[in-house]
Amino acid sequence: MDPGNVIEVRGLVNQFGTNRIHDGLDLDVHKGEVLGVVGGSGTGKSVLLRTIIGLNRARDGEIMVLGQDSRNLKGREARRLLRRWGVLFQDGALFSSLTVEQNIAVSMREHTRLPGHAINRLARLKIDMVGLPLHACSKYPSELSGGMRKRAGLARALALDPEIVFLDEPTAGLDPIGAADFDILIRDLQRSLGLTVFMVTHDLDSLVAITDRIAVLVDRKIKVGTVDELRMDDHPWIQDYFNGPRGRAAMASHGRD
Amino acid sequence: MVEDDAWINAERTADALVVAVGGDWRVDAVANLLRAATATWTAEKAGDGVSTAVVRARDISSLDSGGAWLLVHLSRQLEERGFTTRIDGLGDSHRLLLDRVRKSADRIEITEVPPNRNALVSALATVGEAAVNACKRAHELLSFFGLTVILLGRVIVRPWRLELTATLKYIERTGLDALPIVGLLAFLIGVVVAFMGATQLKQFGAEIFTVNLVGVAVLRELGVLITSILIAGRSGSAFTAQIGTMKVNQEVDAMQTIGLDPVEILVLPRIIALMITLPLLTFYANMMGLAGGAFMSVVTLDISLTQFLDQLSGAIDFTTFAIGMVKAPVFAYVIALVGCFEGLKVTGSAESVGQRTTMSVVEGIFLVIVFDSIFAIAFSYLGI
Ligand SMILES: Nc1ncnc2c1ncn2[C@@H]1O[C@H](COP(=O)(O)OP(=O)(O)OP(=O)(O)O)[C@@H](O)[C@H]1O
Ligand SMILES: [Mg+2]
Repeated sequence: MDPGNVIEVRGLVNQFGTNRIHDGLDLDVHKGEVLGVVGGSGTGKSVLLRTIIGLNRARDGEIMVLGQDSRNLKGREARRLLRRWGVLFQDGALFSSLTVEQNIAVSMREHTRLPGHAINRLARLKIDMVGLPLHACSKYPSELSGGMRKRAGLARALALDPEIVFLDEPTAGLDPIGAADFDILIRDLQRSLGLTVFMVTHDLDSLVAITDRIAVLVDRKIKVGTVDELRMDDHPWIQDYFNGPRGRAAMASHGRD
Repeated sequence: MVEDDAWINAERTADALVVAVGGDWRVDAVANLLRAATATWTAEKAGDGVSTAVVRARDISSLDSGGAWLLVHLSRQLEERGFTTRIDGLGDSHRLLLDRVRKSADRIEITEVPPNRNALVSALATVGEAAVNACKRAHELLSFFGLTVILLGRVIVRPWRLELTATLKYIERTGLDALPIVGLLAFLIGVVVAFMGATQLKQFGAEIFTVNLVGVAVLRELGVLITSILIAGRSGSAFTAQIGTMKVNQEVDAMQTIGLDPVEILVLPRIIALMITLPLLTFYANMMGLAGGAFMSVVTLDISLTQFLDQLSGAIDFTTFAIGMVKAPVFAYVIALVGCFEGLKVTGSAESVGQRTTMSVVEGIFLVIVFDSIFAIAFSYLGI
């Protein structure tokens, strides 16, 4: 495995019944980058993410995460690898019976031997860092708005200072200002915490604003490049995506015409 | 181990307290570092011409927000002991992180967290709240009852408004599927009653009256009560969980927005289905209970089946049977009403579905028994 890569996927095949989602897919994620993953609805972005973090067993192919094969780990090794990444699921997936603060404290309780007051402080620290007001600490997920749930989910993903965070459509369902804030937040946290970010998104503005490279899922494979490289690609879907009206609007608003 | 790679030492020089730190200051190491730090300077106090503390951080090789928090926390502790504190020698990227964490850490310290109430006060408050809530719920349940009665009336006038498919589905689920367990339980109850009667009545040589006991107990009380309790546990809880899950998924909200009345669509079919099945199940349970009693009598009492039937027909009449059956639709209404009511009260979370389901079973059984005693009192006034 290339030392500059935190994730390497080789020849991945995923299939549900007769429905082949990925067919010989290759992907490298570099250390410290923000990688945007795009593709039409149902092309298998969420499945790719779930496969990398080991929630979905691939039919074939090799997946190395942080130098280890995420598929064949057991017991201690698996636990140690687990805590080196954090995941923000498409719909938050906060534990509905716990308060926001407890949601964040869960993984610290599970994986460290920190005393109670330190856990409490660190959980609140995370809540503040993702821009939630502190009175949200003692609220239950059902009492939060969609945007707040996303932030709380992000705080939980960051609870153990992971090296990689996986975000599944972090800005979907947020208002444009909220989405832009969230973009800045992710970029900011990524810089200060030195994260690698794997971000599935449909949001062209986020893509142009914060990603270093973009991976496009087309024809059951992945094409990777910067925005400018991908705009030159002559695949029809990619052309439509980046040079369609919304794509151009997003470029223009970020001064990259 | 990673955790041993982080260290902290304090040393007094002529003009400053130097706290040297280094290694991997990551969240795993925080627990140990915290302990080491406390051990290092519990005794240290500003004074003797020394009033500055320097945290020498140039040996820190990696830092995450847990470690950064600890740095902030430690320098704050030093300040509390009277030292002016600064953190030295941190790399640029680490400095960025530290500043960010410090900003957040300051905010969480100054934000007031509401204090805990005094234990006695909060215990009293809990009792009071529970009492008020119980009254509120009784009131709400009563208005819900009124609402369903109005809607039922409407369905009787315009029967084509009833969701027939759904109703039939619930009849199958609550009735047909419950047959084996209801039958078995009623049979066993018949056996137990007969056995108890036989052992007691034998002492007076009046074994034959065991048949009367079985007949009256099963038909008047036990058949309908056992069936209702079973159905409250089986179907009342299912109603709550089904409707509750739909609430969590906002399906109920969606119904309202397209002009469908959730009570009409979700609640009425269930109430009607249960009011049809529970009497039928009760009849079936009565028969099985009598069969259990007959079985026990034949086996242990040397009473033949013909004798049993003879004695039974003398012991009971249509009223005995009717008293049991009359209660069934009422209990059915209560169980379905409570089940649906609790389901609609679910808010937001999976937790709440669980709580409400428990509540629906407990309340369902409670109300069934309350109504049963009301019936008993009423019948005794009427002299039947
Ligand atoms: N557990 C499963 N069983 C069967 N098919 C599945 C399963 N999970 C996903 N799929 C199928 O895999 C395909 C890809 O799904 P996926 O959720 O990855 O899409 P996506 O790219 O994330 O789309 P979206 O942008 O809408 O979230 C879909 O066709 C879906 O039907
Ligand atoms: Mg998806």
